[in-house]
Amino acid sequence: MNAKFLRYLVKRLLMALLTIFLVIAITFFVMHAIPASPFSSEKAKSDAVIAALEAKYGFDKPVIVQFFNYLGNILKGDFGLSTGWVGNTVSELIMGGFSYSARIGFTAAIIAIVFGIILGSIAALRRDKLVDKIIQVVTTALVSMPSFVMATLLLLVFALQLGWLPSLGNQPGGLILPVISLTLYPMAYVTRLQRSSMLDVLGQDYIRTARAKGVHNSKLIFKHALKNTLTPVITYAGPMMAYILTGSMVVENIFSVPGLGRLFTNSMLRTDYMMIMGVTIFLATMIILMNFLSDILYKVIDPRIDLG
Amino acid sequence: MSLLEVKDLHTSFFTSAGEVKAVNGLSFNLEKGKVLGIVGESGSGKSVTAYSILQILTHPGRIVSGSIRFRDEELVGKTDAEMREIRGNKISIIFQDPMTSLNPTFTIGNQLEEAILLHTNRNKKEAEERAIEMLRLVGISEPEKRIKQYAFELSGGMRQRVMIAMALACEPDILIADEPTTALDVTIQAQILELILDLQKKMGMAVIMITHDMGVIAQICDEVIVMYAGSVCERGTADAIFYHPCHEYTKGLMRSIPDMNDDDKKRLVPISGTPIDLLHMPPGCPFAPRCDRAMKICLKEKAKEYWVGHDQLSACWQNIKDGICSTERPEKEEEEA
Amino acid sequence: MSEKKKLKNPLSLQIDPELFREASEDEKKQQVTMRESISFMKDALRRLRKNKIAMISLITIVLIALIAFIVPTFYPYTYTKQDVTAQNLAPFQYSQKEQMKIDKGFSVFPHIMGTDSLGRDYAIRVIYGTRISLLVGIFSALIVIVIGIIYGSISGYFGGKVDMVMMRIVDIIYSLPDVLIVILLSVAIKDWVSTSQSQLIARLGAGMVSIFIVFGLLYWVSMARQVRGQILSIKEQEYVLASKAIGASPARIIRKHMIPNCVSVIIIIAAMQIPSAIFTESFLSFLGLGVSVPMPSLGSLASDARTALRSYPYQLVFPALAIFLIVLSFNLLGNGLRDAFDPKLRN
Repeated sequence: MNAKFLRYLVKRLLMALLTIFLVIAITFFVMHAIPASPFSSEKAKSDAVIAALEAKYGFDKPVIVQFFNYLGNILKGDFGLSTGWVGNTVSELIMGGFSYSARIGFTAAIIAIVFGIILGSIAALRRDKLVDKIIQVVTTALVSMPSFVMATLLLLVFALQLGWLPSLGNQPGGLILPVISLTLYPMAYVTRLQRSSMLDVLGQDYIRTARAKGVHNSKLIFKHALKNTLTPVITYAGPMMAYILTGSMVVENIFSVPGLGRLFTNSMLRTDYMMIMGVTIFLATMIILMNFLSDILYKVIDPRIDLG
Repeated sequence: MSLLEVKDLHTSFFTSAGEVKAVNGLSFNLEKGKVLGIVGESGSGKSVTAYSILQILTHPGRIVSGSIRFRDEELVGKTDAEMREIRGNKISIIFQDPMTSLNPTFTIGNQLEEAILLHTNRNKKEAEERAIEMLRLVGISEPEKRIKQYAFELSGGMRQRVMIAMALACEPDILIADEPTTALDVTIQAQILELILDLQKKMGMAVIMITHDMGVIAQICDEVIVMYAGSVCERGTADAIFYHPCHEYTKGLMRSIPDMNDDDKKRLVPISGTPIDLLHMPPGCPFAPRCDRAMKICLKEKAKEYWVGHDQLSACWQNIKDGICSTERPEKEEEEA
Repeated sequence: MSEKKKLKNPLSLQIDPELFREASEDEKKQQVTMRESISFMKDALRRLRKNKIAMISLITIVLIALIAFIVPTFYPYTYTKQDVTAQNLAPFQYSQKEQMKIDKGFSVFPHIMGTDSLGRDYAIRVIYGTRISLLVGIFSALIVIVIGIIYGSISGYFGGKVDMVMMRIVDIIYSLPDVLIVILLSVAIKDWVSTSQSQLIARLGAGMVSIFIVFGLLYWVSMARQVRGQILSIKEQEYVLASKAIGASPARIIRKHMIPNCVSVIIIIAAMQIPSAIFTESFLSFLGLGVSVPMPSLGSLASDARTALRSYPYQLVFPALAIFLIVLSFNLLGNGLRDAFDPKLRN
């Protein structure tokens, strides 16, 4: 595109990289500050593993050096060895878990955005009528319900009481409830954002002009209004991703899905510090990337906004 | 039968704070080829009248009662689909602020062509040609280049010309101009008004000019309605209103306008008080609380409209008291020597 | 001038000539229901009071708070007392032992929400959990308000380079994934907290301490941004210039003129901050990173209920309902506040 846009893109990219770096640093130093030695836990670790790790990370060297060692390794894709699941590298485990989490997470995200936009637009168009009132009530309720409560309730009602859907993630159809649990809150949120945004845009003068010209209602929405309404939703995409990824920790736990979230919670139980660090950094990077993408998309949609 | 007959129109906004009565019993007729001015301060209901005619009132506005007949067809009660046939086609409107009234993300050519494609049988190519033709008609140079430009690339005056082009592209019977020059520089104002007048004569359409600027009225209107708080105070030809205003409100308006011919020392007399609260309308004449010569009856009851001249009607108790009113239309006075 | 023809005078209508006397100023004034110029704050509060939903939410919150803080003082059960004979009782169900006592003529206070797997009265545990949630909400809001206002007003008032640097920092902090860092911190300080010398810290638990730390470090940014925005627009107003001209110090100007004008923004953001904090706290507790056992949190109660979900679903329903009610009330109140303070009164 043009130079201004490229400058913006580069600036945002640098910001994202800086943030990732910060996250790695924070993670590393926080973990390092734990009084107990990173390798002391109730479970006995094989000496070989400990020895290998020590050699690799040089625990006798000063902290800063350790940090840059770690950083260097990460850049090569090496997150170290897991002490909770002996014999596996952290990166292997992450990749394995990610395939599940990605499926659930992205499905939930797409459903949330698509349905959210549709429902929000409907609510705005049928303002103050019954449909709108219902949508407003339901979304307000859903937005007051954290994902883990939702997940557990869904498990209770649909799996245990009614038996309509399986309760475990690796059964056929077992991913349905987890996806629903993760998508309800963001979908409700997007619906509200979209409704508000749509009402704003519909009140604009140029919509009034188009209406006065005799433009059909549906054309009014799709051609004239829609593009301009999407900005708040796009801005929300980043936080939404963060919500889904962190929410997946509990949801995967509840439905026994072998994804990244469950990996994380289990690594906390097993005090597998390499794992904890690895997953944290991985998830954080996902979130930051998502924010970066939505920043760019936001610019593409509305070229007028000042690239401050 | 007039081109447009508005009878006893009542339009209100049903807000959470209550019913805001924007238009209260407005009636007027518009004849083919005439320019009717509607003048009044902000909140007098002028724009709401226009939106009521086209039924583009924004939530929570609604026509409460009354009749609007266009070419002897009742508009009130028509479905949105039926109104769409009329909007931009038989009755068009141009708005006050051309910057916000044009969609910033489409080219002006696109927006012009949209109007044309909606209501005529032309294909895309023909529509584009017509758009260029319209731009030329409104005095925009290099129209072929302009149609590819965006609203923010044009000056205020040019944008308003584009709006006019868009409104007239389908040769409507009525053009409603809602404060078309208020947002423009004074020098451009005159140009735009001339353009409107010029096109009006060429195309033989009727114009409703809504404004708070008496100067605009003086320049192009045949007849004038003076509105206050949603009802008519006085109506008549532009000359009649200007040279012998009868209603106390109209007199107040005239006193507050500077006149080049006035003595340097003449003071401008503003109308005292604050504009009326449309949520809580008093029972009598809405202007009474601010009127210097208000009488007790003014506060109790609204005066009906009576003839105060061959071309003029006024709804003012003061006029009735002074004995200048008549229930029948007076004969035309002979010209003064 | 030609002779005027006789006009058909409408005065022939039967109207009392008395009415054609001039009206007095008072009579005119009566007609005008002049809106008293009330202050912005009073006007906003009046609008809020008219909002039924917001008022109901406010009352609900107050009720919940009263229950959470007052009831435990006289409630017959404590949240720690275990009773193996009274495990997993349904609401209003009595254990055999309790039933025998009643038969003997003693009165036993019913378990309104039943008991948990260790025989502890569930209702009191839910109440304590509610207390935790409310405390977290309030303190988080306080932290956010204090830090956010100070940071935002300094940045906004001084402008220029100071503002640019401060806002850059805000941008960076804003893009850090907050929940992850909270979790990370919780895990990291878990051991340290439970073995801490300070009783307060040990009681609070790793999760709570992390929440407060992270809120102090991260969550104030949106408040700071808004306050800065408001300050920037107020700065240009003339009364600020006037103040400067008579020699008022920056602190005084900020305190006296600018902050009161930010109040609406501050209240709204704070109100929205509370449900967010409660969410995070219950999330952490659910994961086991919150308050230390045996202090219950609504999140940990929900988590514990999972094991017995099939047989004793109410153990999930009660804490879930509690969280829902609290968050819903704050959300609705926040919406109401926003509508009341936002002069544009949208949607």
